[in-house]
Amino acid sequence: MTKLGQWLLTLGLLGGTWAGLTFDALGLGLPESGRRLLWPLPAYLLVTFGCYSLATVGYRLATFNDCRGAAEELQAQIREARADLEGRGFCF
Amino acid sequence: MELVQAVSPDLSNAPMVAGGFVGGVALTSCPSGASNMASGEGAEQQQQQQQQGGGDKYSVLLPTYNERDNLPLIVWLLVRYFDESGFDYEIIVIDDGSPDGTLEVAKQLEMIYGSDKILLRPRAKKLGLGTAYIHGIQHATGNFVFIMDADLSHHPKFIPDFIKKQKEGNYDVVSGTRYKGDGGVFGWDLRRKLISRGANFVTQILLRPGASDLTGSFRLYKKEVLQKLVEKCVSKGYVFQMEMIVRARQLDYSIGEVPITFVDRVYGESKLGGNEIVSFLKGLLHLFATT
Repeated sequence: MTKLGQWLLTLGLLGGTWAGLTFDALGLGLPESGRRLLWPLPAYLLVTFGCYSLATVGYRLATFNDCRGAAEELQAQIREARADLEGRGFCF
Repeated sequence: MELVQAVSPDLSNAPMVAGGFVGGVALTSCPSGASNMASGEGAEQQQQQQQQGGGDKYSVLLPTYNERDNLPLIVWLLVRYFDESGFDYEIIVIDDGSPDGTLEVAKQLEMIYGSDKILLRPRAKKLGLGTAYIHGIQHATGNFVFIMDADLSHHPKFIPDFIKKQKEGNYDVVSGTRYKGDGGVFGWDLRRKLISRGANFVTQILLRPGASDLTGSFRLYKKEVLQKLVEKCVSKGYVFQMEMIVRARQLDYSIGEVPITFVDRVYGESKLGGNEIVSFLKGLLHLFATT
């Protein structure tokens, strides 16, 4: 199954369960308080996911390693390489 | 110093010869470092390592387009780190008819380092990365293939790490990652980093690929694995590299990771405009819907 398929299936199952319980489609006779709790759940989950995403990307952005040392090492090696290559008869 | 050269045929369009070594090139004596296969010490160490490495040979594919400034430097670094490690290798330069004379530069390097180490397999015009890999694989005599950028953003010093990781778990693919461990970048502003992390986050959520860095292009593949994957991939640009990993997972290949540092464009311009972002998202959604 494709990833899209997995998402549709999962969302479909969860959404169906939620709708079924919230709107009492199966006539299970859930207490009013329970249904009042379930009703805004998808919105809450969406907002939670949004916060999680922002926090995760923000954290990863902040801890993105900055490799100044690698850049300096590369510059030094470039100089070394040019000198060595010229010595071997390379024409830049 | 004089460069003494024996008569060597123009190999840029020659068919591949089994065994790799065609013609002879005499080299100057080097005051520093190895890279001369004719020297007794180097050959002995190489043989020793070869026995240790079990006869593995690593082909490095370098597709180039207008890399006249970077090519000699990347080749020098590759030669240095490979010689130090003692593993057998070859560097295949696939130039797509660069107008800046990259091929001439490559020919000089071939003369200096030998045509068994530097293989020139140019093409007439810019034909794209996927076909460059296919073209390169056909001429590769190694059983492993490195793919990397020729613009010095990928550093050959990580090559021994890749090889070590591959041997550790007999991985089919070893992918360099900028996002884990000691990995990182240099030369990116905040906007670029944000786009990178944001795009990677979306990719992880949608594709759950099992690898932390999907758009990276510094990788080690077993040759037959690379061959199989390139045949299956249809995307272009960043998405091509993503598709390779996704297909590898589909085919149940094992993927290892090695932290690498990515130093953005020493020469030349880096590009990440709205166009690239849009085509990335389109490609991502396509992979999401079809794999």
